[in-house]
Amino acid sequence: MSLVFLVGVDCSNCGGRALEYATDRASVKGAKVLVAHVIEWSPFSFSTPQENEERHKRREEEIRRAQTEIIEPIVANLRERGIQAEGIVRHGHAAETLARIAKENKVTNIVVGRRGSSRFKAQVFGSVASSLVQIADRPVTVVP
Amino acid sequence: MSTRTRIVTALITCLTALPAWAQNGIDQRINDAIRPASDWVAGIVFSTFPLFGVDVPFVLVWLVVAATFFTFYFKFINVRAFGHGFKLVRGDYNDPKAAGEVTHFQALATALSGTVGLGNIAGVAVAVSIGGPGATFWMIVCGLLGMSSKFTECTLGVKYRNEYEDGTVSGGPMYYLSKGLGERGFPKLGKVLAVLFAIACIGGSFGGGNMFQANQSFSQLVSMTGGDTGWLADKGWLYGIVVAILVGLVIIGGIKGIARVTSKIVPLMAVTYVTAGLIIIFMNLSAVPAAFGAIITGAFSPEGVAGGVVGVLFQGFKRAAFSNEAGIGSAAIAHSAVQTSRPVTEGFVALYEPFIDTVVVCTITALVIIITGSLDPNVSGVQLTSNAFESAISWFPWVLTVAVVLFAFSTMISWSYYGLKCWTYLFGETRATDVTYKILFLVFVVIGSSMQLGAVIDFSDAMIFAMAFPNILGLYFLLPVVKRELNEYWADLQAGRLQKFE
Repeated sequence: MSLVFLVGVDCSNCGGRALEYATDRASVKGAKVLVAHVIEWSPFSFSTPQENEERHKRREEEIRRAQTEIIEPIVANLRERGIQAEGIVRHGHAAETLARIAKENKVTNIVVGRRGSSRFKAQVFGSVASSLVQIADRPVTVVP
Repeated sequence: MSTRTRIVTALITCLTALPAWAQNGIDQRINDAIRPASDWVAGIVFSTFPLFGVDVPFVLVWLVVAATFFTFYFKFINVRAFGHGFKLVRGDYNDPKAAGEVTHFQALATALSGTVGLGNIAGVAVAVSIGGPGATFWMIVCGLLGMSSKFTECTLGVKYRNEYEDGTVSGGPMYYLSKGLGERGFPKLGKVLAVLFAIACIGGSFGGGNMFQANQSFSQLVSMTGGDTGWLADKGWLYGIVVAILVGLVIIGGIKGIARVTSKIVPLMAVTYVTAGLIIIFMNLSAVPAAFGAIITGAFSPEGVAGGVVGVLFQGFKRAAFSNEAGIGSAAIAHSAVQTSRPVTEGFVALYEPFIDTVVVCTITALVIIITGSLDPNVSGVQLTSNAFESAISWFPWVLTVAVVLFAFSTMISWSYYGLKCWTYLFGETRATDVTYKILFLVFVVIGSSMQLGAVIDFSDAMIFAMAFPNILGLYFLLPVVKRELNEYWADLQAGRLQKFE
């Protein structure tokens, strides 16, 4: 079975160390790297009729921007280095969506960075890494 | 952006110039000018015919007969699909790959913010003060039947919506009337009905969706700031100008922040209102059986109500129909932006609109008025509801005032959208037609807050109910289309062919 590493990135320069870590591991093991970006979105938010009318269009724009500005540069860079890589952009709750992508793609290991917020802040506002550790059904590596 | 800014500044200058020639009695002048027009429109829409000795407005019979017929035609869809509708709202069938699109929940919430509002607070009070407690019973019946009308129109709204190349969508009765009836072999009739609907909807957006809101929220504000002798009492135009500027900032200035804040605060206010109502009901739990008794007896053998049973029935139906807008067609515009490949799913979701609006919220208002013993022949509208809440929670009228103003504001934003959709359907989608409509809308905000209640209510009722004539006539023609969609979907659901996600 082929190995797949899933890396969550939130912008083109962030998630850098998590990405480095996953890349290193992948090149050693000859694994594939799946680069994912989640656009924060909730199915239960409130919106105006105007926003709803344009929602489909906005969504396409959001996905296109994330693809060209975040995902494509990273994937291109990985491929140049001879690593098999693919990108994915999805709307939703960051941790839940990453866990779902991992399941759908039969990922071996999820790798995410963390913001390094204080314990208090992380408890009050929640953190993607800690919720992911709770809900993912496969190994999660948190890179500080 | 710069043209937009210029328009907004010009508009603000115009609106603030109004007070200059408004020395005294401008309220009266506007009122006198509108009154004949309002009487004329109301005369046509509410033409009555005698039924069991009571003059019954034809439009109410029209709405109720349709709702009842749809309920039977779709074999009690309002009961049958209630559970499945909830699963759809909860997102059980949302494909995660379509995340980011408009969900069933969002479409319902948007539509609800246009319907839950003053009708639930002021309208119910009007019904109960004229028709007695029994009107509540008929309001609930009307809400339950109205669910079937909403189901029909929202399914069609999605089915015949326009999906444009740039990715935006636009739907509503004007599209299903013209396209749907065209498909059924009545293209000319469809066009005529679509145009009639659009005209009535534009009128409704100026009336019930605008002037009624401005008027009632202002009257609540006046009663909270010293009543008739207070400083605000004769400043209706001033309130109108302030609200018009705020609405203008959202709809012309494109200030999304205001709309976004409103769309988050309004649901919170709605929850606060319902919670407060429930608390008052629980505080007076011992009075609840008697209140229900009064509602049932009042519904079938009322005392001292003009027109007896039929009189009560129509008071209840009228206010319920005005509040939940089932059969009127407005909600179909809001619902049609949802992301789904099966139009009928949005119909199931739309069942919740009259249910929440009328069966839940209106009933709470009515119960609060009845159990607190606030019924008083001299008080009506928002004032009556406010008195009822005040008798149990002394400071609640302030919360209610904020709620009323916010509800009015969000309803105006929703209706400005409905009206605009119909306006551009008639006159084309250009920048000039767009701005013309929006400026007219703002002028009506000012007019609405300057008029006396009677003239405003008559006009808004008339225009909103006028929408029901072309809409429901078209619905009868399109019933087989809805039935086909429903049967196909229901068969898939029963056979477990629909994919459920988690």
